[in-house]
Amino acid sequence: MKKNMTCIVCPVGCQMTVEEKNDGTYDVTGNTCKRGPKYAVAEMTNPTRVVPTTVVIKNAMLPRLPVKTAQPIPKGQIFDAMAVINQVVVQAPVKTGDVVLKNLLGLGIDVVATRTMNKF
Amino acid sequence: MIYDVVILGGGPAGLAAAAEAKKQGAENVLILERDRELGGILNQCIHNGFGLHTFNEELTGPEYAERHINEIVELGIPYLLNTMVLDMVEHGDLKVIHVINENDGYMAIESKAVILTMGCRERTSGAIGIPGYRPSGVFTAGTAQRFINMEGYMCGKEVVILGSGDIGLIMARRMTLEGAHVQAVCELMPYSNGLVRNIVQCLDDYDIPLKLSQTITFIHGKDRVEGVTIAKVDERLKAIPGTEEFIPCDTLLLSVGLIPENEITRHAGVEMDPRTSGSVVGELRQTSMPGVFACGNVVHVHDLVDFVSQEAVLAGKGAAKYLKGQLNADVDFTTVNGDGIGYVVPQKVAIKNVDDSVTFYMRVRQVFKDKVVNAYIGDTIIATKKEKKFLPAEMVNFKITKDILAEYPSGEIRFVVEEAKK
Repeated sequence: MKKNMTCIVCPVGCQMTVEEKNDGTYDVTGNTCKRGPKYAVAEMTNPTRVVPTTVVIKNAMLPRLPVKTAQPIPKGQIFDAMAVINQVVVQAPVKTGDVVLKNLLGLGIDVVATRTMNKF
Repeated sequence: MIYDVVILGGGPAGLAAAAEAKKQGAENVLILERDRELGGILNQCIHNGFGLHTFNEELTGPEYAERHINEIVELGIPYLLNTMVLDMVEHGDLKVIHVINENDGYMAIESKAVILTMGCRERTSGAIGIPGYRPSGVFTAGTAQRFINMEGYMCGKEVVILGSGDIGLIMARRMTLEGAHVQAVCELMPYSNGLVRNIVQCLDDYDIPLKLSQTITFIHGKDRVEGVTIAKVDERLKAIPGTEEFIPCDTLLLSVGLIPENEITRHAGVEMDPRTSGSVVGELRQTSMPGVFACGNVVHVHDLVDFVSQEAVLAGKGAAKYLKGQLNADVDFTTVNGDGIGYVVPQKVAIKNVDDSVTFYMRVRQVFKDKVVNAYIGDTIIATKKEKKFLPAEMVNFKITKDILAEYPSGEIRFVVEEAKK
């Protein structure tokens, strides 16, 4: 499998091509420094992202509370995660770092509040 | 009561400037904020990626704001919310700030020093003049961001985004996550105006096409947006006939630039720089009006909040020095943007106010590969900044030490993009 990607390790943004070889290792071309292949292989084998989003909050100044996954989650599970997070309803007050959803999708990763919101 | 420093705006620049002024000895500091809470635009920027330079970790906007707000509270700095600044005028050595809010009504607040931190606002559809009716469904990207992230209103299902500024890219991902279908991001220029990181993580991750050198030539729909016509543009950015394509959509987001919000600055008579649309500032962000400082997006539009905070620290230091009568008013150096450079901040330098070095912020006018930025005084290159690639979207930070500057009594520092000297 061959994939084109832009490196985001630094602002240069090298256009790289990654190709999986028969022995399961990867060939990376187009990079201009050695950090490129490392990023490219991680993106091929286990791409992860922190998912920042919001949940419904009651009795607060605003109707939405910003939250994020406390750790990066597998990229392929972002939409499944969104479906679950969108069901969450919390009550004010909430403090930054409070867990609003435990063990998201059984990944062992919590969803936490990213701001403090007082009762209103 | 006469304040030592009044800060116009409680966003990231205002919070960091207020904290620094207080730490450097200013006693009576007051922050004026027109919104219902401190934090400014960070409150709606719920995505991560803030604070890598300042805190060495990746925070979301609200987390970054909260750290600075907590510092303000710990330092005991008072602030007024829901308070609109109407005007600022010089009165002898004092500055009088005319403000209004629901609780106190109209007030004239006197202060020895003022720090301008009003930030910037988005260029709207009116400013770019796309033909068509005025249907609902056309939002600036930041407005959509506030609706979705703070107010809880989803503002569209089928979306086209014009402009590849960072807020537009961030909103492409955000709307996708919330179930909308983002058809394309159109960019007039042949390169994106957003950070590479955002193009990869917001567009490439979700297979959203970035259409470079394309623009919107017509907005269809009378009551609600029904679609847009896009077209390729030539080198002179004019639409090429015959390349039009209709994209059905119900929502159009605009991410077409930010403008420093300087009505108060201009009305006060502070010297402005047409290249930045901000005030002309010195190394400690002093403006042409003694005792008035400015920092953050009201001076020039930054791409990272970390740099806003750094600049705000300079302004806070400057205000504290001014109060102690230690701010040198000389202008030893002025800066000029030469070939390839759009603007340079600061525009003036008084060497006596510099501790170790001056960091000059500038933007290149186009994408440059394998070039350098040289700083000249006369015909002499005094410093060189090397990067593999210079992008208009990424502000150049060019640090020049005091030792180098001190070799010259005064002069004009000219920044030029050139071939690397072999």
